[in-house]
Amino acid sequence: MLPSLIGVICILVIPYINVIFYAFINVWNRKFVGFDNFKRVILNDSFQLAAYNSLKFIVTCIPILLVLSLIIAVYLHEHVAAITNTFKSIFLFPLSIPVVSIVLLWRLLFDDQGFLNGIFNTFSIKGVDWINSKYSFGILVFSYLWKNLGYSIVLWLAGLSTIPKQIYEAARVDGAGDKECFCYITLPNLRSTLFVTMVISIINSFKIFREAYLLAGDYPNKSIYMLQHLFNNWFRDLDIEKMSAGATLLSIILLVPIVALYKCWNTKE
Amino acid sequence: MKNKVILFILCLLAGIAAYPVVFLIVGSFMNSDMLYSYLSPVLIDGEGYASWGLFPWNFSLKSYIELLVDAPSFFVMFWNSIKIVMVILVGQMIIAIPAAWGLAKYTFPLKKVIYFVYIVLMLMPFQVLMLPEYLVFDRISLVDSHLSVILPCIFSTFPIFIMQHLFSKIPNEVIEAAKLESANDFQVFIYIGLPLGKQGIISALVLGFLEYWNLIEQPLAFLKDKTLWPMSLFLPNISIEEIGIAFVTSIIAFVPCGLVFVFGRGYLEQGITVVTKKE
Repeated sequence: MLPSLIGVICILVIPYINVIFYAFINVWNRKFVGFDNFKRVILNDSFQLAAYNSLKFIVTCIPILLVLSLIIAVYLHEHVAAITNTFKSIFLFPLSIPVVSIVLLWRLLFDDQGFLNGIFNTFSIKGVDWINSKYSFGILVFSYLWKNLGYSIVLWLAGLSTIPKQIYEAARVDGAGDKECFCYITLPNLRSTLFVTMVISIINSFKIFREAYLLAGDYPNKSIYMLQHLFNNWFRDLDIEKMSAGATLLSIILLVPIVALYKCWNTKE
Repeated sequence: MKNKVILFILCLLAGIAAYPVVFLIVGSFMNSDMLYSYLSPVLIDGEGYASWGLFPWNFSLKSYIELLVDAPSFFVMFWNSIKIVMVILVGQMIIAIPAAWGLAKYTFPLKKVIYFVYIVLMLMPFQVLMLPEYLVFDRISLVDSHLSVILPCIFSTFPIFIMQHLFSKIPNEVIEAAKLESANDFQVFIYIGLPLGKQGIISALVLGFLEYWNLIEQPLAFLKDKTLWPMSLFLPNISIEEIGIAFVTSIIAFVPCGLVFVFGRGYLEQGITVVTKKE
């Protein structure tokens, strides 16, 4: 226990606190400046753009991901184990494909003259330059769903497996149909799974930077300039004040779901 | 009828999930003429659109040989990746296994606080921790060395979280029984904790491997010297000369992950679902 604690405190906790402290001072003359750094960050144009895009990404992806994976999970749950396992493996498979490998396909697929536009062309639809236009946002959404669908399916299935079969049988005896069973038994019982899956999906959504960066570099199209790009660019200029304030701000926002998740893990039903 | 439709959609989605690897494998075995004829619209801005075949009719290992013979920079990156991942995983085990055991089986002051801090650190994205980590490494002048990527990952609290969950499922009676047989704490840990918690340890390793093989943010931020970069940052140009190499690197980057996936799928799943379990 001790070595881990010492390491964690030295490398993560103390510097973290240090940075929160930096967020409130002027780094050059060490004077306390109150919330000035925060004000500068929030009023910063790139910050607003990046925050907007990150938020838009989360708001777009998470509902699609959760609903799609829930439908598949419910379907798989009702079937024999062999089918469930095969599909589970296939859907989890994208997790094992390195980002750097898949980006090659995305680049060929979404190029101005790539496969996708080729397919569109055979139906006489005019294609667009996906990567360098506002449609690049769509690529990231697709890429995120492609990668994380299996992850969420597995989480939903774990939740579904905890619902006792007897409840369904009892409901059937009372004359409940598929729809009633789903709405009154399955959904309420999955509430904590929904919450956990949602928080984990939001956390995972930060990793989309990998795809975005390998596809489009430091300064991608405006529609996919996210908080991660912004932090990276601040970092390159070593803009410590903005970064400290930004990191503190982001921590505070993320602390809300994290604390809720922690509470959820610690309450016994 | 309704079920058939759902099954069909499911198969379609499964196809989308699995096809990319087939695509990359096929591409890596095509000879350059064939790649060229399929992809020239993308490669040299020719007329029309790129197309693709389902099978490498003009089978060729030339791309592989080219990469192995002509691309020394690739080897450097490959070994960088191996080194970073292996050191992280070994280090994690040394640090995290005892820590997880301690959290699962002992009571000590501030335990709850420590556990909470660990969870917060586990879930915070790298962007938040980037500056704090950098300031430390800058002070002890480790920036631009592999250690700056490796150290924070070794002290990652994620494997501790997974392992302590499985350790805590070991019944206390077993441990008490062992103590009655006059086993000391260390023996209990070695002979009971490790074998019974094996699943959690392997889960953490599998998830860790997939994560650290894909490190992009950390090396990008902390390693300015490109000869230190791991393979996850290797992006060959999509040009006529290099397209074959691009396919082969994709495959080689994938193979270790593919193997880990095939042999560790069950553990992977177990590691993922740990988050849904209550204490």
